Amino acid sequence: MSPQRLLSGWGRTAPSASRVVVPDDLGELTRLLVNGDGAPGGMAAPPMIARGLGRSYGDAAQCAAGVVIDTSRLDAIGAIHAQTGSVEVGGGVSLDALIRVAIPSGWFIPVSPGTRQVTVGGAIAADVHGKNHHGHGSFCRHVASLTLVTPVGIRTIDPESDPELFWATAGGMGLTGVVVAATLRLRRVDTTWVEVDTERFGDLDGLMSTMRATDHLYPYSVAWVDCNPHHGGLGRSVMTRGDHAPADALSPRFRARPLALPGTARLRVPFRPPVSLVGRSTARAFNELWFRKAPRREFGALVPLTTFLHPLDAVADWNLLYGPGGFVQYQFVVPPDQGDVVHTAISMMAASRVPSTMAVLKRFGRGDPGPLSFPMEGWTLALDFPVGPAGLPALLDRLDELVAAAGGRVYLAKDARLRPELVDVMYPRIGELAAVRRKVDPRGILRSDLSRRLGIDRHDCAP
Amino acid sequence: MRDAFGHPQSVVVLGGTSEIAGALVDRLVADRCRTLVLAGRDAEALERAAQRAKAGGADDIRIVVFDALHLDHVEHVVSDCLGGEDDPVDWVVLALGLLGDAAQDGTDARRIAENIAVNFAWPAAALGPVAQRLRAQGYGRIVVLSSVAGVRIRLANFIYGSAKAGLDAFARAVAQSLEGSGVHLHVVRPGFVHTKMTAGQRPAPFAVDPRTVAAAVLRGIERDQPVIWVPSTLRWVFLALRALPQRLWRRLPG
Repeated sequence: MSPQRLLSGWGRTAPSASRVVVPDDLGELTRLLVNGDGAPGGMAAPPMIARGLGRSYGDAAQCAAGVVIDTSRLDAIGAIHAQTGSVEVGGGVSLDALIRVAIPSGWFIPVSPGTRQVTVGGAIAADVHGKNHHGHGSFCRHVASLTLVTPVGIRTIDPESDPELFWATAGGMGLTGVVVAATLRLRRVDTTWVEVDTERFGDLDGLMSTMRATDHLYPYSVAWVDCNPHHGGLGRSVMTRGDHAPADALSPRFRARPLALPGTARLRVPFRPPVSLVGRSTARAFNELWFRKAPRREFGALVPLTTFLHPLDAVADWNLLYGPGGFVQYQFVVPPDQGDVVHTAISMMAASRVPSTMAVLKRFGRGDPGPLSFPMEGWTLALDFPVGPAGLPALLDRLDELVAAAGGRVYLAKDARLRPELVDVMYPRIGELAAVRRKVDPRGILRSDLSRRLGIDRHDCAP
Repeated sequence: MRDAFGHPQSVVVLGGTSEIAGALVDRLVADRCRTLVLAGRDAEALERAAQRAKAGGADDIRIVVFDALHLDHVEHVVSDCLGGEDDPVDWVVLALGLLGDAAQDGTDARRIAENIAVNFAWPAAALGPVAQRLRAQGYGRIVVLSSVAGVRIRLANFIYGSAKAGLDAFARAVAQSLEGSGVHLHVVRPGFVHTKMTAGQRPAPFAVDPRTVAAAVLRGIERDQPVIWVPSTLRWVFLALRALPQRLWRRLPG
């Protein structure tokens, strides 16, 4: 029996103890899920959930008193089809590893979250999105097929052969099975550079109307918003948008090697701060610096692709900066005509005096069919908060109410504190997940701290 | 399951008629707590507390009646309150207490024994199976209501104070034994609290009401404080008072 380990998400809040098993192959994993964990006859199998690189911010990949299935040995990467760019990879393959194999032959991942340090299984379970969502959708739109180990056996499915199970798995937070392999459609790139246009705005209105008007001209688009009040008002922001650079845009020096791999020499936090280094004054200073270092207006700047797409990978263990208390991420999306909620959220934060280092605003395009998939058409705002300031829990509860009333939702891969009553309001199709679970997990084995906290593993969720 | 701030959905209160526990339950059911077990001696008072919690938002409330003088039933009461292992308990609050009257009870063996049973022996005995059960579920919080009366003993309430001193020390040792298990234990040390237990007494400096204690407990847990003083100034006040020579200490009014 493997020993108990304390696990938490990337936000380092609410750890719980569980047994971690690292299956070497499909056979071992299938025995575990189908037969239970060697539980003596008659005893109920313990709850289980898969865990990749532990980048979910909250409690999605932990399972108190249960079994956490570490997928790191499901790490095979198949050959990339030279014409179509399709590739079969193991569920435990990181996007970083995949990029390193794909780039030399001119392929790149179709959707990039803010970090490369997530597994393919995790990217599917959270149906992750990137700066290109408004045009290219979320991760699972680019998954041709996937192989899932469920408590009733192995299933290889695609969106045509079993749309219910496929889409329930896309964003299903691991509650339909363990993704052991997936065939992805990569995208062709000529270079690993992006041509980036940057614009600064003094307030939110200017930013949002520009994004609404011209986002469609760029495959990648995102804006950073300062949530601290400053002299002119609230909502000054820096918008960066870009497209893959063609080879002839590069200087002769780089044109010789247009496909460069991302660097590996990343910064680390040199020690474990005993308290959070993110407070009101540091957050304010950080935002000031970020705003000032951005050019007022700049067009066609050449930036390495991974620097542009994976800003979170600049410092390897940046989550330690928040101290032992950890931090929470909060990301919501509201429909396109509910942009006012973004305004209100930022004003509420500014008024509350709770520090927030980063607010990231983006427009989502049409959502994909997963009943628990987060992205839907509209505005999405992501925020980071250190745990500790009085009033933060109540502030986030009020934001939830606002988002739910506007027909929006929060992102479960980042959630660590949503009020359970609001899940059905934000994800009205949650009953579809329950219906799929009744088939593939009739004994209700697949459970996580997240699913228990929010009650999304119940088989009786109303359709 | 509790959230990132430690706020619970399922709570067991041992000593469910305590006013401090009542104020805490008010806050918890207004937040996310829906499942509640209220255990105590007075069935009618428990029923009233349950009605209040229901009105506040809890939807699954169970009452368990026990007598803290019956030390051979502790294990049974705890397992009854904590239920099956399929239903995780986020918090266990130990709030039972009996002030007594030191001047009258000080020479009465039975009353001394009873006071120590309610304030120390029963809660300490309960901590054993409570800690074991939460350890097995992989996470959880235990909130133990101690008192500044146990930090330095005064003649005016020396039986109560000594019993709380024992419980306080015992609980902190249990907290140490739980390190790395995912289970946290918080010792709460309020000063004078205006309740029915202290009614008629002259309030000491830094007196607070039960709602202030409840708010401080929530804040202390959000910040993961192992010892929660209420109000927090008392931490520093008692740092000084503990160093006071005995002949000055005994002359302090109150």
